[in-house]
Amino acid sequence: MKIVVCLKPVPDPKDWGKLKLDPETKTLVRTGVGTVINPLDKHALEAALVLRDELGGSVLVVSMAPPDAGPVLKEALAMGADEAYLLSDRAFAGSDTLGTAHVLASAIEALGGSDVILCGDETIDGGTAQVSAQVAEFLGLPNLMHVSHIQAQAEGPFVVHSQVEQGHLVVEIAPPLVLSVVKELNTPRYVTMMDILDAEEKPLVTWDNEQVCAGESCVGLADSPTQMADLFAPPKKKQAEMLPGTPREQARELAGRLRRLGFC
Amino acid sequence: MDFAFSDREELLRKSVREWAEQELPPRMEEMEETGEFPMDLMPAMGRMGFCGVITPKQYGGTEMGNLARILVLEELGTVCPAIPMAMQVHHMCTYALVTNGSEAQKEKYLPPLVKGETMGVVAVTDPSGGSDVAGMQTSAEKKGDTWILNGRKCFITNSHHSDIWVVIAKTGEGRKGLSAFIVEKDFPGAVLGRKEHKVGLRGANTGEMAFQDCEVPAENLLGEEGAGMGVALSDITNCGRPGMTAVGLGILNAVLKEAAKFANERTLYGKPIARLQSIQNHLAEIYQDRELARLAAYRVGWMLDQGMRVDTESALAKSFACEAAARSARKAIELHGSYGIMNEYAVQRLLRDAIVTIPAGGTAEIAKLVMSRAALAAAS
Repeated sequence: MKIVVCLKPVPDPKDWGKLKLDPETKTLVRTGVGTVINPLDKHALEAALVLRDELGGSVLVVSMAPPDAGPVLKEALAMGADEAYLLSDRAFAGSDTLGTAHVLASAIEALGGSDVILCGDETIDGGTAQVSAQVAEFLGLPNLMHVSHIQAQAEGPFVVHSQVEQGHLVVEIAPPLVLSVVKELNTPRYVTMMDILDAEEKPLVTWDNEQVCAGESCVGLADSPTQMADLFAPPKKKQAEMLPGTPREQARELAGRLRRLGFC
Repeated sequence: MDFAFSDREELLRKSVREWAEQELPPRMEEMEETGEFPMDLMPAMGRMGFCGVITPKQYGGTEMGNLARILVLEELGTVCPAIPMAMQVHHMCTYALVTNGSEAQKEKYLPPLVKGETMGVVAVTDPSGGSDVAGMQTSAEKKGDTWILNGRKCFITNSHHSDIWVVIAKTGEGRKGLSAFIVEKDFPGAVLGRKEHKVGLRGANTGEMAFQDCEVPAENLLGEEGAGMGVALSDITNCGRPGMTAVGLGILNAVLKEAAKFANERTLYGKPIARLQSIQNHLAEIYQDRELARLAAYRVGWMLDQGMRVDTESALAKSFACEAAARSARKAIELHGSYGIMNEYAVQRLLRDAIVTIPAGGTAEIAKLVMSRAALAAAS
């Protein structure tokens, strides 16, 4: 079974306090901010490794990212992926979700397709949750989101649980398919020192647009259909209000306000 | 001069940090209360590769080297300093076996140590004192194919959790009068003594071991007869002091984090105390200590990996990092005000932990003695 995992390097959540917005370029200033595998993508990779161990085959990781994203892909190799492909070309810079999905889908086609494509449900920086569905659309494959359980078999359909508000759907879905996963699916494994050494023997390949064959349309900032009008940090406001009454009255009023705001 | 870490080292640091932050905090309260090392973590640390970081691959290690070892111990120590304290002594045991052991000894004793099936011990210090190594009373006398050991070792890290002890004992007089032995816990006459109750690093077990006509097979002599002083000193210099440096560095990381966090959160005069110059001075001094300890620690690790001698450098790094950890922890307590001496705040534990690092792996005074030789040599 050939399994592809789409993986995105994102700013380390521990460093979010250091992130700043450049008011001129409207981009994030990432100086001093670490980069990690998007947390839900790690769950997707873990699911891929479990599938490979159960059914055989290989796990390939693809990531559209700047050239310095190599260490993040090395971590994916250390977790157990067999090959990693960094899709990096100036033409891809500034792509919106459609452009990103187009590049990823083109790369998957260039790799000869895949039985199972796994993604995280969403990324912690963009948070659009659009890319997996768009990849599926480009490849003409069925897509299921919010996946919290996968029961796979070598022949026949997978039984997949997809989270909904009141529980989960149980869906039979046959490969080839695209699944995007939630954190409840599994616990990603630790990377051991032996894994780090093994990863150094595995292929980490950089592909530009010539190898990806994504063409020029709909990739890059200029050709993306989504154009950002503005980006700004909202001004921080603080206002203290003293609630009148006895402690009991104050507590009742506070609880009511919190309930109305949706906190409980 | 390249101060950048390789991708391998960066990934190693990240993976150790992730493991430590996930696995250690739930165990720390119990370790602090009971003074017991959580032995069930040892196989897990074996699987992660921590136990065999400086052990050759043929015996199950990763052989990643000494700088990698510093990074592992530092990251563990940033979360829970007692863990790298125990682990660094475990490494001292593997180091002694790798550098002095026969092939049969390595094949027998290294794999279980690397897998974390047991802990390693290096027992040098007698009740008569650790700094005066040549003056030790613990003796070994050869009778036929057996060495008979008598005496007592004290302040031994991992004593009560180890099956494999490297023991230094007196077999003659003078500098060639010491020899090293591999003693198994179950050898006749090997006895465990009291467990110590330390003020800090409480989760790292420390205790006594005694030898009452303890019978050690002749093949368990480690290295040549009379080479015990070299076994002990090379272990302390190349493994013990760099390891203790990393423990001190881990404490410094934790101290800096706690101090900066409190300074940003605590409000006085209507603003965070981080905006007060006196508090900024404390923070700057802690930061300075942490950064200089890092430089000293990484240099020793790098030099060892290049095959260079580190007699002076490891003494310097160890004494600086451990003293700096204690100094900085005290500053962090002052920065916390009365909160700093409450059990709920980590800084009081970090000071207690730091104090324990100062005599471990060679006292500060012995480190200065070593450095003074280099200082005096500067005259020529």
